[in-house]
Amino acid sequence: MSPAAASALVVDGVTKRFTTPDGALTALEDVSFAVRPGEFLALIGPSGCGKSTLFNIIGGLTGGFEGQVRVDGAPIDGAHRAIGMVFQEESTFPWRTTLDNVAFPLEVAGMGKTERYARAKNLIKLVGLDGFENRYPAELSGGMRQRTALARTLAAEPRILLMDEPFAALDEQTRLLLGDRLLQIQQALKQTTLLITHSIAEAVQLADRVVVMTYRPGRVKRVFDIDLPRPRNSEIVSSAAFGHYVAQIWNDLREEAAKGLDESEAIARRTGQH
Amino acid sequence: MDGARASARFGPLLAGLTAVAVCLGAWQAIAALGLVSNLIAPPPSAIAASFPALIAEEGLFPRFAQTFAEAFIAAGLAVVVGTPFGWWLHAKRWAGRAYESWVATFAAAPLVLLYPLFLVILGRNAGTIIAMSFLTAMPAVVLKTKEGLDGIRPVLVNVGRSFGLGESQLFWKILLPASVPTICNGVRLGLIYALISVVGIEFLINFGGLGELIDDLAQRWETAMMYGAISFVVLTSMCFFYLTEKLERWIRPG
Ligand SMILES: Nc1ncnc2c1ncn2[C@@H]1O[C@H](COP(=O)(O)OP(=O)(O)O)[C@@H](O)[C@H]1O
Ligand SMILES: [Mg+2]
Repeated sequence: MSPAAASALVVDGVTKRFTTPDGALTALEDVSFAVRPGEFLALIGPSGCGKSTLFNIIGGLTGGFEGQVRVDGAPIDGAHRAIGMVFQEESTFPWRTTLDNVAFPLEVAGMGKTERYARAKNLIKLVGLDGFENRYPAELSGGMRQRTALARTLAAEPRILLMDEPFAALDEQTRLLLGDRLLQIQQALKQTTLLITHSIAEAVQLADRVVVMTYRPGRVKRVFDIDLPRPRNSEIVSSAAFGHYVAQIWNDLREEAAKGLDESEAIARRTGQH
Repeated sequence: MDGARASARFGPLLAGLTAVAVCLGAWQAIAALGLVSNLIAPPPSAIAASFPALIAEEGLFPRFAQTFAEAFIAAGLAVVVGTPFGWWLHAKRWAGRAYESWVATFAAAPLVLLYPLFLVILGRNAGTIIAMSFLTAMPAVVLKTKEGLDGIRPVLVNVGRSFGLGESQLFWKILLPASVPTICNGVRLGLIYALISVVGIEFLINFGGLGELIDDLAQRWETAMMYGAISFVVLTSMCFFYLTEKLERWIRPG
């Protein structure tokens, strides 16, 4: 087996530039990393470092970049069946019940009603939403809606789960508990997972490896191996090893976050002077 | 249902009905005291009492059917033409930039003043009424359709694309249901505008349904019946508004 095929997902030398009214903006520069089959990889970086841009590129929703994204060794061109995406923003369909939201990918694939509902119900149970099958998103909490979106993505049976700050809008406790749930699911399905986050604790709690990105242009700064025992749950956050990893990553990230902060302050000053 | 929930649900309705009842009562009192001529403002009781005659002698129901049929046809045409037009303004950004403000201007224009022109072209018939009401109703449908489509959150479209949906699946499964509430508002507005236009033009050109009846009753100084016919138009359009809301909930829950 060639080294490339040993990876489920390869991001190889990806550079992305946007043209903005202020000129060209390099959002990502020569970003490369690989995700092994069944691995849980977290990608962390300060706000504005190009995480969502990379998410959209890997998901095949954004084109016009240099470099390659490969799934099982083959470069992708547009949305790929093997990749399932969970978005940062609220993404459930407000006009569908939980059941019909989760069954959505099966419905558009032409699967019959009985079968798709049976599958959707299993996934709803998996994310812990049983009893809420017939509720509309407006009747659910933010965390429940995000779990609905997760179950909907899982319904398409992607081999690679790609998530962009799925818990960012939720409170700390909910985030920890949903992290536990996500770990259980990931371990049950042996799913290759790439989680994009800005939370160090979340990255360390969940991942096998953490990729730290630089602030603008987004580059890979360092990759940390998180050598914490599995199966894990959120109790790990009180361990000494956990604290050690968090401190190490923060050490790396602080500099980048500070750059981001300086820049947004500079922008605020500039626009304030107008 | 406990008391608090019942009052939360029926409270506003009750308050609204009370306000109407108070106004009607005041009107009745003013008429009874002889403060205004009963010929100009007959009391609500006289208006209510005029309904049997309106129905038996003035053909209220067939006229109602004619007016509403014309309004429906005009609004239906506005939907058939207006929704694709609104979609086009949304999908082609240059078209939206070029024409949206023109459509908005058109919506604000008092089209009804063009009735002599339509009389010359189409004649004094239902065609004139439908054509003018169609033009009156269409801008609301066009603008609301565009607004609904423009307002779709991009992430919903991205979800569809990430699941590999084609263009037509995207339209039917995501774009359409996501914009239905706003489009329905446009359709509802279109219907109301069409109805107002139909009644108004019937009144102006003395032809057809309720508008002509109202004009006719005014000419004969049958003011109680005239107000009766007007309240009938108002009441039916209110029922109608309510029904379209129910229909919308049914088409697009959530
Ligand atoms: N479509 C676009 N056009 C222009 N600039 C963009 C676009 N999308 C993102 N950017 C810019 O690229 C940078 C990275 O954005 P993003 O990927 O959303 O960052 P993150 O998700 O890490 O917060 C930001 O400076 C953002 O303003
Ligand atoms: Mg982002």
